Amino acid sequence: MAYSEKVIDHADKPRNVGTLDKNDPNVGTGLVGAPACGDVMRLQIRVNDDGVIEDAKFKTFGCGSAIASSSLATEWIKGKKIEEAEAIKNVDIVNELNLPPVKIHCSVLAEDAIKSAIQDYRAKQAARRGGAPPAHAQAEAERPTVT
Amino acid sequence: MAIKLPIFMDNHSTTPVDPRVLAEMVPYFTEKFGNAASRSHSFGWAAEEAVDYARERIARLIGASSEKEIVFTSGATESDNLALKGVAEYYRDKGNHIVTTVTEHKAILDTCKRLEKQGYEVTYLPVDRKGLVDPDEVRKAITDKTILVSIMLANNEIGTVQPLEAIGKITRERGVLFHSDAVQGIGKVEFDVQKMNVDLASITAHKMYGPKGVGALYVRRSKPRVRLVAQMDGGGHERGNRSGTLNVPLIAGFGKAAEIAQLEGREEAGRTLRLRERLRTKIQDALDETYVNGSLEHRLPGNLNISFNFVEGEAMMMAIKDVAVSSGSACTSSSLEPSYVLRALGVGDELAHSSIRFGIGRFNTEEEIDYVADLVIAKVTHLREMSPLYEMHKEGIDLKSVQWTAH
Repeated sequence: MAYSEKVIDHADKPRNVGTLDKNDPNVGTGLVGAPACGDVMRLQIRVNDDGVIEDAKFKTFGCGSAIASSSLATEWIKGKKIEEAEAIKNVDIVNELNLPPVKIHCSVLAEDAIKSAIQDYRAKQAARRGGAPPAHAQAEAERPTVT
Repeated sequence: MAIKLPIFMDNHSTTPVDPRVLAEMVPYFTEKFGNAASRSHSFGWAAEEAVDYARERIARLIGASSEKEIVFTSGATESDNLALKGVAEYYRDKGNHIVTTVTEHKAILDTCKRLEKQGYEVTYLPVDRKGLVDPDEVRKAITDKTILVSIMLANNEIGTVQPLEAIGKITRERGVLFHSDAVQGIGKVEFDVQKMNVDLASITAHKMYGPKGVGALYVRRSKPRVRLVAQMDGGGHERGNRSGTLNVPLIAGFGKAAEIAQLEGREEAGRTLRLRERLRTKIQDALDETYVNGSLEHRLPGNLNISFNFVEGEAMMMAIKDVAVSSGSACTSSSLEPSYVLRALGVGDELAHSSIRFGIGRFNTEEEIDYVADLVIAKVTHLREMSPLYEMHKEGIDLKSVQWTAH
């Protein structure tokens, strides 16, 4: 299969590879996919007090299109408010990277990863304000969950 | 020495035509272009002579007792179809049961599926963790309705070489015909239809440095005499087994390729084995969590099928794009299912997604092996740095304990 130039560019030079401290209350972590399916994405965001994503990092196990989708996702959400990041749709990624039909699931996974990271961030913030029991939050942080 | 890129290390998919083979073919396109079935003039005689010479060379390579036992086809897929359908149809009154294995090539498996729809029964034998079929399982599977056992010489993905001699003893004892798809192993590992009691064998030229588009089916003519119902009707070529004008230049090339394989196969196997082991040890000495799929002992000399845990196969192939290899990852196929061969071995889907098949052949050099080994080590290391699975593994998280969501 021939890849689009943008996929090759992201796969060769992925942006924002790395790890944020998952125990930081301002960091939200999304882990989606499954090894048996051939792709797993972990996307992390650090949100400041204004609700702006000031940093985003990812690590992906998956094909070139999966790596490119998550790399692009981190690039797009950095500097955005979480509501704006939440509005990103998988078709935006498909269009930007010219993904063929067989690779659309990669873009879906990237969208899921963004949403999952935001959800995790919000859950942490709620717990901090006395919402959920801390023990639960602790267990969540210890053991990666998948939405 | 400078390395010329890209490097072809996918010699199970096909092989380049050996220059000596090409030289043998050329005159049959231009000067000696006759139809081998033309009996009335010298053009036809020259073509027929070339075809018969190729038959002899191929017969000699596989230990056939007569060149008349070689039926030319368009390739091994046609040979497999002709063997299975032709035998099934001819021996229908005798029985309707076929025994094969789960790791056969699709040309066998899909043909078996079609036969099942037509009322035949097929037993698909399992293989062990190394990809080997147990001859005792073959013995147990044979019933009084069994007409044919079809087991490949060597697997195209993992290179596992099956114990054909032991299986042939059983089929001969039980009076059941024995077919082998010998495509991947011919000229690389021992294959002798007499010694192994093989009654039918599929071969193709393009896996042994011959041209694409020509193959053969070996059909034993005595003890026992194997009969087929032709699957292609027409002028009655190939003793009525396969109608259609013979492709003389390709057949001439096939014959030359067979001769080279016979004369040089043993030495070449030794050389490719050394290169394979050089590649394997370099990679495995440098990287943790790598797993060779299939048997190291009973294996094609040029095959290395290896899983790089925590790295996805297609991403790996993209990262080493100057090296032509293939992967058992789902992403490389349109089916989105990982390799059925690896699955049959009990390799988990995650490791199947991480598998790369290197196929080392006649024209690969030691310099290429060293280049590929260094490149693979660097790229696996790089991809693992961006793999969440590798990070979790390093943190001591058991990936099997994580609740993943299938998608």
